[in-house]
Amino acid sequence: MQKAGPASVEFRNVTKRYGSVTAVNDISFTIEAGSLVTLLGPSGCGKTTTLRMIAGLEMASEGQILIGGKDVTRLSAADRDVSMVFQSYALFPHMTVLENVAYGPTVKRLPKAQAHEMAREKLAVVGMKGYEERLPSELSGGQQQRVAVARALVLEPQVLLFDEPLSNLDAKLRRRMREEIRDLQRKLNLTVAYVTHDQEEALAVSDRIIVMSNAVIAQEGAPRQLYEEPADVFVADFIGDANLVDVEIVTVTGDRAEVRLGPVTLSLPARGMKPGKAKMAIRPESLLIVEPGGPNLLPGTIRKCAYLGNHLDLEIATEAGEFYVTRHGTREIMPEGQPVLLAFADYGVTLVPGG
Amino acid sequence: MRPSTRLLYLLAWCGFGLLPWYFTEGMGLASLGWLSGYPFGKGGSALALGLSGAAPWLLPGGAMLLMAGLAWPKQDEQRAASILLLAGAAGFLLFFMQGFAITLRGQGIPWLAALFGGQGAAQAGMGPGALVTIVGMLLLFCHGLAYRGFCRGDVFTCSMIGLLILMIGLFIFFPVVTVLKGALIGEAGRVDPGAFLDRFLDSSIWGLGCLTRDVSCGVAWNTLLLAVLCGAITTLLGLASALLILRTGMPAKWLLRALTVLPIITPPFVIGLALILLFGRTGLVSNFLYEWFDVPRTRWIYGLPGVLLAQVLAFAPIAFLVLIGVVQGISPSLEEASQTLGARRWETFSTVTWPLLRPGIANAFLIGFVESMADFGNPLVLGGNFEVLSTKIFFAVVGAAHNEGQAAVLALVLLSFTLGAFWLQQRWLGKKSYTTLTGKGDAGLPTPLPRRVSWLASATVIPWVILTVVIYVIILTGGFVKSMGRDYTPTLEHFLTGFRIDFSRGLYFEGAAWDSFFTTVKLAAVSAPLTAIVGLLAAYLLKRQTFQGRAALEFSTMLSFAIPGTVIGVAYILAFNVPPIEMTGTGLILVIAFIFRNMPVGVRSGIAGLSQIDKSLDEASATLSARSATTLWRVLLPLLRPALVAALVYSFVRAMTAVSAVIFLVSAEYNLATAYIVGRVEAGEFGLAIAYSSVLIVVMALGIAIIQFGVGERRLGRRTTESGPAPVVAGA
Repeated sequence: MQKAGPASVEFRNVTKRYGSVTAVNDISFTIEAGSLVTLLGPSGCGKTTTLRMIAGLEMASEGQILIGGKDVTRLSAADRDVSMVFQSYALFPHMTVLENVAYGPTVKRLPKAQAHEMAREKLAVVGMKGYEERLPSELSGGQQQRVAVARALVLEPQVLLFDEPLSNLDAKLRRRMREEIRDLQRKLNLTVAYVTHDQEEALAVSDRIIVMSNAVIAQEGAPRQLYEEPADVFVADFIGDANLVDVEIVTVTGDRAEVRLGPVTLSLPARGMKPGKAKMAIRPESLLIVEPGGPNLLPGTIRKCAYLGNHLDLEIATEAGEFYVTRHGTREIMPEGQPVLLAFADYGVTLVPGG
Repeated sequence: MRPSTRLLYLLAWCGFGLLPWYFTEGMGLASLGWLSGYPFGKGGSALALGLSGAAPWLLPGGAMLLMAGLAWPKQDEQRAASILLLAGAAGFLLFFMQGFAITLRGQGIPWLAALFGGQGAAQAGMGPGALVTIVGMLLLFCHGLAYRGFCRGDVFTCSMIGLLILMIGLFIFFPVVTVLKGALIGEAGRVDPGAFLDRFLDSSIWGLGCLTRDVSCGVAWNTLLLAVLCGAITTLLGLASALLILRTGMPAKWLLRALTVLPIITPPFVIGLALILLFGRTGLVSNFLYEWFDVPRTRWIYGLPGVLLAQVLAFAPIAFLVLIGVVQGISPSLEEASQTLGARRWETFSTVTWPLLRPGIANAFLIGFVESMADFGNPLVLGGNFEVLSTKIFFAVVGAAHNEGQAAVLALVLLSFTLGAFWLQQRWLGKKSYTTLTGKGDAGLPTPLPRRVSWLASATVIPWVILTVVIYVIILTGGFVKSMGRDYTPTLEHFLTGFRIDFSRGLYFEGAAWDSFFTTVKLAAVSAPLTAIVGLLAAYLLKRQTFQGRAALEFSTMLSFAIPGTVIGVAYILAFNVPPIEMTGTGLILVIAFIFRNMPVGVRSGIAGLSQIDKSLDEASATLSARSATTLWRVLLPLLRPALVAALVYSFVRAMTAVSAVIFLVSAEYNLATAYIVGRVEAGEFGLAIAYSSVLIVVMALGIAIIQFGVGERRLGRRTTESGPAPVVAGA
């Protein structure tokens, strides 16, 4: 069997309807060969449907799907060179670990010895050597996860898909496994599409992120781009936390805008916006509690203060509205009603186009 | 074209060009006399017969087969699909049309026959060649659909759906429609609504004379009355025992549980037989009452009371199985919630438990109702002058009158009753079932029954249990005495009559019962795996695939549950007695009747099994480049073992115990055990009948054990999984 190598995935105006419900509405995107792209969004946004259309588990109602430049729109899952790691792992409970991993080559009618050889090799890659004769029910969650990955890798598919693979693991293990998946993807140079609803996970592992909302793509870009330059209010709110406030753009000079928020005037990238009313997103870590004296300060009062170990969560009322603020590097609980002054950091404050 | 389509195409040509097209007498591999003159003559192939001018009406279909060949070299699948869809559908229809147009002389559809160029001609029933070709055309069409992306582009799934629809159409809908037609067609052989209405509204069906004068009421009212009483009483007994088992500390619960297995392995009329031996004019109990208390001997058991008693004894365990599931399904935390809100036991029972039970009770009632309607054996054995629809249908067909038209009308009435009940159940209960199990762990303990309810329940259940035990003692021992009620000398006479084996001339099965016994076991053994396969396949398609018309297909597979066996029997006789599908008198028709009578059992256990298997297993297999056939074989089937066992056991046992449908279909060559026993009862040979029945029961118990052992339990890690609850068996 020759290796096909990683392949690109391209969606051209793909739509999926179930009766009168449109699950995915006219989306187009490209996943470059050898990159890890995350489909991110709240539940019901169409991300899993999109992933299943790449796999061939759902058939597109309209549009074209290309894998490695070849039109696969009408091909069944078995005919596509794609494999998938499922949320539930979907390990066959009646087969041993080795049989599970060797399943792909076995149904491809490869000789048993060769199938087992391939399976052992991939089990070694995911660090599951020595577990070959166990049954899935005799493994822990993380081990089952690794076996599922090995099984998906065994045919060296052009594209590897992950459907919320970490959602059944506890928080600590989740962090480790996502690093392992990312390392594996880099080491083996795989094209990976990864579905998750956890924005932190998406930011941590992706080359690019496709944020979906209501069956369409809300924004596509590198993790940093999404966090720092959200395309709309939804993305600003969904990726990380954000205080969304109404502001007024006073003037636009070149690519800078003068923005007024209550008594404060800020100079921000204009992002193509015109003077007038606008929305601004402020990350909670970008509001700094400072001593009196500087320019452009926003006075406020502490409403709530919660102690969270490595930081404090604060709710601060100001004339421009209530703000959610996180404060790292201090453990002093601030009493309710205490007046404070807020300054704006030069990061994490951005105008948001639209809405 | 894909390689699989090419193979299929070649197979279809085999059917058309090589295999004998027609079904002929004495067909078999033992002697090849029927093949004389091949490729022409009776055993000729369609191609030869068509081209030689003997059967030119076969050529249009052949032309379509030829046309499908145009898709052979096509690289573009969409183009190939168009050709396959067109040629496949046209060929399929043309072959069927000529089959129905040209049958026996003077029958068929004359104008269509003329169109095919076969005016006045006759042809025999379809044979192996026709089967292979027609199925081939259908599958070519299905491949075309798969090329077009139906069923996610899966050829196997598409083909299986096509086959399933063909089978259900041919073996469920076609016979039922034939009954309809038979009812509508008058003596002159054409549609005659007047005659139909006359027969339909006849006072022997709907008369109410018994209310005012001393004549018997219409058979429809008799049936209805019996069914309502049977439904009500079995539900009551089932509910009482379910509550006793689950909600009290009753002793000997195992006895109640054991009773639920019995009706599954008991041919339904055997209960009636045992009742005669107990309460008949010379029955055990009657003798005792006469000799000790001078109670005169009467024939009270023959008629409504006897039939009702037999049916209640036979079907109450089924109601019990349904209701025990419902009672278990009530989450104890709901009752605990009621108690923490200050309700007493009785208040909790009447305001929470009882309302939650109601849909289950309605369900059990409807099952008892339909079972009673469909029951044939007990009314036959115990009915006396009390006629019900199923027996009247039987006598209309086999009796001196031999009135197929009347049989069809009666079958129609019976069918509308059962379908009505089925419709009610689906429609009304479909919306009302309160599923209270949430899938979350429920730690609560069920509330004990209020004392007055448990007293009432015990008072109902205990006599029933005692009577059932007595009945089975009679069945198992009755064969060992000379004559129940008259002469209690122990004897093996009855067993010898039935099952004597002569060793003097080698192994020679001399007993009178051996023939029917071997036939029954053989047919049951052939049909059980087929039923299981068809049922599980249907369950797989219905549960795991999405396609248009899935709901309709699911409904029609379940529909055959609602069609009483008697109706199926009549329908099969009317439909399959003449070409194009002629198979009455063969073993094949019995096997097919078994498969489609029992298929719902397989479908239900398959659906139950599949719903425990996560769908992502199929998908994981598909993304690892396994096709659905491979997935089915390597992943689902091993996990479906318990469902497979259940389907095998039930279809085997039901094939052994079936009476109503097969009594029409048996022939001298293919006589079945049940039909033979009914014959002995009618001839008054109770000893042999009861001996034979007990042998059947023992054999079935053994059969169940063997299947259970053979298929075994699935092993998933350290735990072993029990097979799921037995599906409810209805209709015999």
